[in-house]
Amino acid sequence: MPVDETLATYSDWLYRSALGVYLFAIMLYAVEQAFARAPRKKALVGAGAPIPGILTDEPKSELSRTERIGRMGAALTVLGALLHLGSLVMRGLSAGRAPWGNMYEYMSLLCLAAVVTWIVLMAKFPIRRLGAFVLTPILVLLFLGGTVLYAESAPVQPALRSYWLVIHVSVISISSGVLLIPGVTSILYLLKDSKADRFPKLPSADVLDRMSYRTTVIAFPLFTAGIILGAIWAEAAWGRFWGWDPKETVAFVSWVVYAAYLHARATAGWRGRGAAWINVVGFALNVFNLFFINLVTTGLHSYAGL
Amino acid sequence: MIAFLRNTWRGLTSMRTALTLLFLLALAAMPGALLPQLSLNASKVDEYVAQHGWWGDLLLKLGFFEVYATPWFAAIYLLLFTSLVGCLLPRTWEYFKQMRAKPVLTPRNLSRMPHHVQAELDVTPEEAVARAKKAMRGWRMETGEGTVSAERGYLRETGNLVFHFALLGLLVSFALGKMFSYEGQVIVQADGGQFCNGGIFNYDSFRPGLRIDGTDLTPFCVEIGKFSAEYLENGQPVGYQADIRYQSGEDLQTNTWKPYNLQVNHPLRTDGDRVYLLGHGYTPTFTVTFPNGEKRTQGIQWLPADQRTLASEGATKFDPPGVTDSEQRRKNQIAVTGLLAPTPLLHGGILNSKYPALNNPMVAVDVYRGDLGVDDGRGQSIFSIDMNMVEQGRLQKVARKNLALGEEIALDDGTKVRFDSVNDWVSLQVSHDPTQGYVLVFAILIILGLGVSLTVKRRRVWVRATPRDDGRTLVEVGGLARTDQAGYGEEFTRLARAVLNEEKS
Repeated sequence: MPVDETLATYSDWLYRSALGVYLFAIMLYAVEQAFARAPRKKALVGAGAPIPGILTDEPKSELSRTERIGRMGAALTVLGALLHLGSLVMRGLSAGRAPWGNMYEYMSLLCLAAVVTWIVLMAKFPIRRLGAFVLTPILVLLFLGGTVLYAESAPVQPALRSYWLVIHVSVISISSGVLLIPGVTSILYLLKDSKADRFPKLPSADVLDRMSYRTTVIAFPLFTAGIILGAIWAEAAWGRFWGWDPKETVAFVSWVVYAAYLHARATAGWRGRGAAWINVVGFALNVFNLFFINLVTTGLHSYAGL
Repeated sequence: MIAFLRNTWRGLTSMRTALTLLFLLALAAMPGALLPQLSLNASKVDEYVAQHGWWGDLLLKLGFFEVYATPWFAAIYLLLFTSLVGCLLPRTWEYFKQMRAKPVLTPRNLSRMPHHVQAELDVTPEEAVARAKKAMRGWRMETGEGTVSAERGYLRETGNLVFHFALLGLLVSFALGKMFSYEGQVIVQADGGQFCNGGIFNYDSFRPGLRIDGTDLTPFCVEIGKFSAEYLENGQPVGYQADIRYQSGEDLQTNTWKPYNLQVNHPLRTDGDRVYLLGHGYTPTFTVTFPNGEKRTQGIQWLPADQRTLASEGATKFDPPGVTDSEQRRKNQIAVTGLLAPTPLLHGGILNSKYPALNNPMVAVDVYRGDLGVDDGRGQSIFSIDMNMVEQGRLQKVARKNLALGEEIALDDGTKVRFDSVNDWVSLQVSHDPTQGYVLVFAILIILGLGVSLTVKRRRVWVRATPRDDGRTLVEVGGLARTDQAGYGEEFTRLARAVLNEEKS
């Protein structure tokens, strides 16, 4: 099938604009983070407190200037995500296949999943100002993807011509993207959770921990499903459902590490810092699996490369 | 002694140990991704060991090149397995008790609960209780004097147990699969080549499970018909397919052939075995006319040296016909070796290939004559000649030439070598794994169990209605999520609103 060059060019333009918009959003978030006052230590909300929104109504305060800048950052993040989505759709249309057939496209989808997760979390938790910390690694990945790992829009090789490409790769890519968020928030947790509280402007350790947990809990079953779908595809394509191919092995290892994270959160002595460290290790393994295994070792997943 | 055993058991089945074992498992699995593995690429292992001296030898002895078959890896997962069983048994027991248990009675002081609201309402305690019961329809409820205690989310533990038991089941099926499975590869010529699953010797390479000796493989036969491949302009393959015929089961007796279109990602599944199309290459056919006028025609697969252009290398070997004296025979064996270019690209007489499809193919061949060394009992690659024989001068290069289809070389003794044609070959893999269906079932249960146990929350709500002197009723609502507090707040707020605020709005 011929590649539609026009659409491919539009896709590249949209990709670059998304990058620019994200960069701008990061700057706005950074301004908000830098100039915002540390949250006042509120009195402990404990027993007998009224349900918010039922019995009392807190009057809405005027938006401060920093807050307005933060909101612009959030709006730009949404805009960036839309451009980003557009670039993937154009890519898919131009090549006439699911737009996750090489490493550039895979990373693009992964980052989009991470950005969307972040947008959802922003709506649920008071953490907008952390946007700079979260979007920066995403922007780095997108930049690497768009430069050194860039691949022209093209059809894929025979082994990848399967509806399993649509299912397995998208699930794995999206779950890895979602797992990027708890990786970052766990690092922030480790920074925040010290006696000295050297980072008063970060949200409370408890909020960071809860965010990490809730995001991991959504991504982990997805990641599990992605591995199992991969096994089902491997059975049809390579003649066995599991063969300790390097990619499979590292995916298994990071699965075990995230399982350990969930257990650690229920084990005395491992809650908090221990669990956060484990989540960071899981994230590091995913990054390792993306770069080292794709680019350095040779395995059956090698064509996932460039 | 018993105390020691009990303590060991308790230690082994504790969460802390399980956590440590999980880490060990992750750590132990890593070398399998970083070091070459015998099961994936044995020659790379040899290379690595040779390059790293004593360090390579040590790693080899410790089993780092076959991580998943080593005793230490087995020790870790067996301990984890035991720990898991030890953890699951009491939990299952507890689970069945819980299933029949009633929700916990309303605690005296509801304001100590993580979630708590209260209000004075103009209703009787009975009405308040009735309203609470209505709000918590679907919950497991227990009504007392002016109180309701309710609990829900029992599915969490169900899902959790299903997940862990499915994990056990998957590991057991996987282990059994390693016993009774096999995998074999074979190259078959297209346009009529046949392969029958009669025994190990029909395969080019064969990897049996621990309990497979190759004597009772399920019989089936395949015959490869037309093979076709499609390429992009830059030589990247787009698709392969082969029209095949096969017979298995009763068809073998009646000699009935069934057609099938074999493609990458679309294996043939028959009678418990699967046949995969892995790759393809080219078989050049040469005819040698010996000085006495006798002709021998032979075609054997050559190996693709460049996957992008399918430039292939190989050696087609001939015995002189009608020579019974082995001494004489060994002086006059002939090998045609060299490069086959499917779409030739000539550059100053040097032949190369520029495209993987057949397009007036050419070969650049070296013809050797002498002793090929095939009779000395050692195995020899079918793709090359034994260079030792060349070094010892027992095999000599007698001609070198580029040949197009139908062209020939004449040797000094009158022998002629003609390049006749090129055909396709396909490489097939046959896989047999009787337990993989069970593995799939357990894998699905794993996803379901995991999804349920991570999304459902076990949570409790208590309501107490206490009559006041002024005729009004103090209604308190308390809530507690038993496993993870995250996300319970919204639901509790909604429930409490239904109990307390209904008539206010």
